[in-house]
Amino acid sequence: MSVMSECPTRQILNPGNSNCGGCGATSGLSLLSRAVGERNIQIVIPACCSAVAAGLFPNSVYGVPALMTTFAATASGATGLSVVAKLNGEDTRVVCWAGDGGTYDIGMATLSAAAERNEDILYICYDNEIYGNTGGQRSSATPHGATTTNTPPGGKVEVKKDIMEIMAAHRVPYAATVSIAHQEDAIRKMRYALDARGFRFLHLLSPCPTGWKSEPSLGLELVRLAVRSGLFPLMEIFEGKRRVVNVEPDFSQEALARYLNLQRRFKKSGIEPETLASEIEEHWSALRAKIRCFK
Amino acid sequence: MADQLISANHAAAMAAAMAGNANRSARGFCAGLYPITPSTECMEYLCVAELSKGQVVRVESEHSAMGVCIGAAAAGARTFTTTSSNGLAYMAENVYVAALMRLPVVMVAANRALGPPWNLWADHGDSLMLRDSGWIQIYCADNQEVFDSVLMAYRIAEDKRILLPVMVCQEGFILSHSMAETNIASQEEVDGYLPTLDLPHRLRDDARTMGGVDTPAVTEAHRAQHHAAMSNFFEVYGEAQDEFERKFGRRPPDLLVPYKLEDAEAVLISMGTISSNVDCIVDEARLRGVKVGSIRVRGYRPFPELQLKELLRGIGRVGVLDRDISLGFGGALWGEARGVAEPGAISQGYILGVGGGDVRPKHIEALLEDLLKRDSATAPIVMETNL
Repeated sequence: MSVMSECPTRQILNPGNSNCGGCGATSGLSLLSRAVGERNIQIVIPACCSAVAAGLFPNSVYGVPALMTTFAATASGATGLSVVAKLNGEDTRVVCWAGDGGTYDIGMATLSAAAERNEDILYICYDNEIYGNTGGQRSSATPHGATTTNTPPGGKVEVKKDIMEIMAAHRVPYAATVSIAHQEDAIRKMRYALDARGFRFLHLLSPCPTGWKSEPSLGLELVRLAVRSGLFPLMEIFEGKRRVVNVEPDFSQEALARYLNLQRRFKKSGIEPETLASEIEEHWSALRAKIRCFK
Repeated sequence: MADQLISANHAAAMAAAMAGNANRSARGFCAGLYPITPSTECMEYLCVAELSKGQVVRVESEHSAMGVCIGAAAAGARTFTTTSSNGLAYMAENVYVAALMRLPVVMVAANRALGPPWNLWADHGDSLMLRDSGWIQIYCADNQEVFDSVLMAYRIAEDKRILLPVMVCQEGFILSHSMAETNIASQEEVDGYLPTLDLPHRLRDDARTMGGVDTPAVTEAHRAQHHAAMSNFFEVYGEAQDEFERKFGRRPPDLLVPYKLEDAEAVLISMGTISSNVDCIVDEARLRGVKVGSIRVRGYRPFPELQLKELLRGIGRVGVLDRDISLGFGGALWGEARGVAEPGAISQGYILGVGGGDVRPKHIEALLEDLLKRDSATAPIVMETNL
């Protein structure tokens, strides 16, 4: 039986939340609910869309114990929870759920330190490639060529920060990318990450129809295209060394063009698929070299 | 109990470790720690302390030090951190969160001026910057007080009528690095003084969200509750003193420490270590027949306004000494005290010893002389003690 046909024991994100239609975080948390099953988890959420989604006190859409932290305090707050769980012999899995702003930017030092200390936490970055909660400004996760509310005409000039290699450089036990369009793969990785010990990191590409200027119903399709074209490699990194590619892209130019065409954030800037294709090629040749190196 | 010759940083670390161990039969102890002069030594001692059910986390910033305390406190553990100056400023965002989430974190602040331009020395401005953060603030005048106040801080912070974080403040170097004979309690005695922590709103297995979104109406209610908890402090502090005296045989000072006030016509109000010099000058002036007394303010938040009003009744000349400056206003302590003085009294502010300026008896003598000959108060006087 497929994991997708199993009913989750409890929903991490309950219906009635205020996420936009087509929000990747909703899909991501739905997958995580299925992955968690009977495990006890506590979730830590910094300032981001998912903090607002919690809803108005004393109600909450979260179906598990949740701690909201300041923007840069996800990994430090989670460290405190994790330490005390361990001191008390509890098997609670502490899961961070943070956006790209809270991960790539303001929370980077905190994240790096928790990874370096190898804290026993699972950190999931749901990456919508912008500051979604403040209306869509650039972050260091915004890809080259995307327009945001504060990028110059022509879109972002800089390329997206390579978070996976940053995490690999910390030699964390496990880091993986997760696609909401490859759900069996996603749940397998989530379960592995939930059960592993030490610092685990998952990077989840999270479509944001509001910021990407895309159709809410096309989120899964966009992520599928990102994987196919090689823009978003589906991979795992063990101990910062051994790298495994889970879904081999076909590097289709058509998929890449379609990915760009379906989002007005790229259309506006007029970035050409060829420009991105050469960046993708460069990225993959570096990745293949590392795969060979740590075989 | 044993007397030891130790610094205030060392005393603070010993108190924190013993308080942590006193919670071993409950959820344990966790400290998020990061070094900064002059509080560094406190964190170093804690990093080598024997903890029976506890862990220190050596983080990468003060912001994370408080982040760890928030997470650990949310999980129900007893928590501690220590910092100074820019560290406190860097931590500030999370300092507020600990209070707003009603987490009984205890912090020792070794007071130091902010920079750059860098200055390593004593100044109350760092912790006063956070006077409105919703923490209880206690200012110490000697090493024994630092040790005792940390123990009291846990008892008060974790009281169900309070559930607020407590900042124990001690001046950098003057106390933090000065060795003084300090009576250190035994673990058994501390166990007897500190009940284990049972945080009613800690995260458990049920789906509770700490720190969701408050509407304006809910924020108004939360602030009102927080403010009410602050007003419970005076009663709880008194009980913590009584119990301390029963368990340890000495009584920690009141929130306001009056000295020779009985027939005083003038009074000098100060905070922290400056008060010991003030008391010497009071003694000398009394020998000359000057009817002067002093008040040391130990509790700054919540501010013991009614108690101070009582002490200032009938006193016509009030000099307030601040080792801090609220730029564009004057001393923070003066700001509080002048409104409490007798109507018509001359309330004069004196700012001295900021950035570690060496406050000597002669400076206090000079300001007392100034206070006694005044017809009215003027804008706060900023003194330069090192000229």
